[in-house]
Amino acid sequence: MVDLKNVFKAYNNKPVIEDVSLTIDKGTITSFIGPNGAGKSTLISMISRLIAKDNGDITIDGKDIFQAKNNDLAKKISILKQSNAINLKLTVRELVSFGRFPYSQGKLTKEDWGKVDEAIEYMELQDMQDKFLEELSGGQRQRAHIAMVIAQDTEYILLDEPLNNLDMRASTQIMKTLRKLVDEMSKTILIVIHDINFASCYSDNIVALKDGKVMKQGRACDVIDKCVLKDLYDMDIDIKEIDNRRICVYY
Amino acid sequence: MGYKKKTIILGIVALALACLYIFYDLRGNIGYILPKRAIKLIAIIITGGAIAFSTTIFMTITNNRILTPSVLGLDSLYLLLQTVIIFIFGSNSIVMMESSINYLISIVLMVLFSLLLYQFLFKGEKNNIYFLLLIGMILGTFFNSFTDFMQVLIDPNEFMVAQDAMFASINNVHTDLVWLSVVLIGLVLIYFSRFYKYLDVLSLGKDQAVNLGVPYDYVVKRLLIVVAILISVATALTGPITFLGLLVVNVTYEMMKTFRHLYILLGSIFLSIIALVGGQFIVEKIFTFNTTLSVIINFVGGVYFIYLLLKENRSW
Repeated sequence: MVDLKNVFKAYNNKPVIEDVSLTIDKGTITSFIGPNGAGKSTLISMISRLIAKDNGDITIDGKDIFQAKNNDLAKKISILKQSNAINLKLTVRELVSFGRFPYSQGKLTKEDWGKVDEAIEYMELQDMQDKFLEELSGGQRQRAHIAMVIAQDTEYILLDEPLNNLDMRASTQIMKTLRKLVDEMSKTILIVIHDINFASCYSDNIVALKDGKVMKQGRACDVIDKCVLKDLYDMDIDIKEIDNRRICVYY
Repeated sequence: MGYKKKTIILGIVALALACLYIFYDLRGNIGYILPKRAIKLIAIIITGGAIAFSTTIFMTITNNRILTPSVLGLDSLYLLLQTVIIFIFGSNSIVMMESSINYLISIVLMVLFSLLLYQFLFKGEKNNIYFLLLIGMILGTFFNSFTDFMQVLIDPNEFMVAQDAMFASINNVHTDLVWLSVVLIGLVLIYFSRFYKYLDVLSLGKDQAVNLGVPYDYVVKRLLIVVAILISVATALTGPITFLGLLVVNVTYEMMKTFRHLYILLGSIFLSIIALVGGQFIVEKIFTFNTTLSVIINFVGGVYFIYLLLKENRSW
């Protein structure tokens, strides 16, 4: 369980996250939605200790993340940021093997390589595992990064806009994998996402952020609501029910 | 050819050049010439190794291939500190007379200064490479000008001492510091070995490093101390050789096409030794001291640097 209590963060005295309190249940996909500048990325970066909080408490399974040992935390929670431009000569397999660092400190055992193979298989990257990252398409590269996160084998997985710049096929492929991770391996996934239809179709819970505050949180079907979305994005969004899925029409 | 093989070949070439340097045209009073050449060779190897090593680590910490400790003006800083010491204590003081004391004080100051510099430059949430480069250039120029300024102010006799302390070069190695440097480098390497495992992960960038459980600030600060000491050692022995680090580490990356630091570190050290020993051999035997090694290195380095800057626009 991830627990946030009165979390506060300001850049240059300008608050970006104000008094956010949240509880995220195990074994769910929780999407963070909201307009640009709402503080979604900042919030998720704080939960993964990439940036410091100014105030409040963030605990994972009851333990404060800023007190926990770095290496222990790396086995519990992993994050994939939206800009992961790595300018190294790195093959897919090598990238994925980095995911085992918290366990092996760079000296991978047979068991570690087994996990690496599993992760590569899970993301269906076997054919291209010896290719350099720069030779891959955006979608393939994103899958390689997710494979690394899978190899890291953490209970909690945080993703900051994993669908950025991906086409529909790559996007659905990734969302389906995430769903599978939750349903089959009972991971807990937190994801920042802009496409509210992906959020509506694939997540269990949604947190709507605006101006650094939580505007609404709850089950996906409760947040994908005409009134809520109007307040959130300041625009009229029509919601249609298609095959039991709530689809937003805003074009 | 794989990177392992390339590393071995570079090692062999470096060794061959070292032997050539020592044994070429060995005539006359061998008992005098041989130790003299040997100590010079050791100084060159230490310098080359220290520059390559520190530049590689620095580039990994800062995640770029353009900023080196020299581009940021760390070697100019060393010269400035020397001048400041003379300015404050005078050339007759124990600090100046005993070169090893002077050496150690300078190193301590260097470490403090680099940590301060790091705090200012890299602690921000975002750092733009061009901005850092600009700051580095300005700082380097500032350190140089300030050194000149202080030298103008001091007594001409003191100035002579300052000149001697500062104008070390490959042709005028400070041999009295060689053994102290060897010990120092040994200690630094022992200290460094604890952090070696983090280098590959650090090269993925700060976010990934934290994600994978690296105690980021702790490790980076300590690696920076290692860099500062190595730069001090290199500068004290043979003076600033600005572009050598930038040149050899980048060429090594291009050559090896791997991210593994073991091979990048070894390769760049060997390459650096090849460049310095080979270059010095050419300067001594072919140009008969008509030019200096740093002129050649700075020329080649400058051209390569512009190429890198233009290339940085595209992805690596």
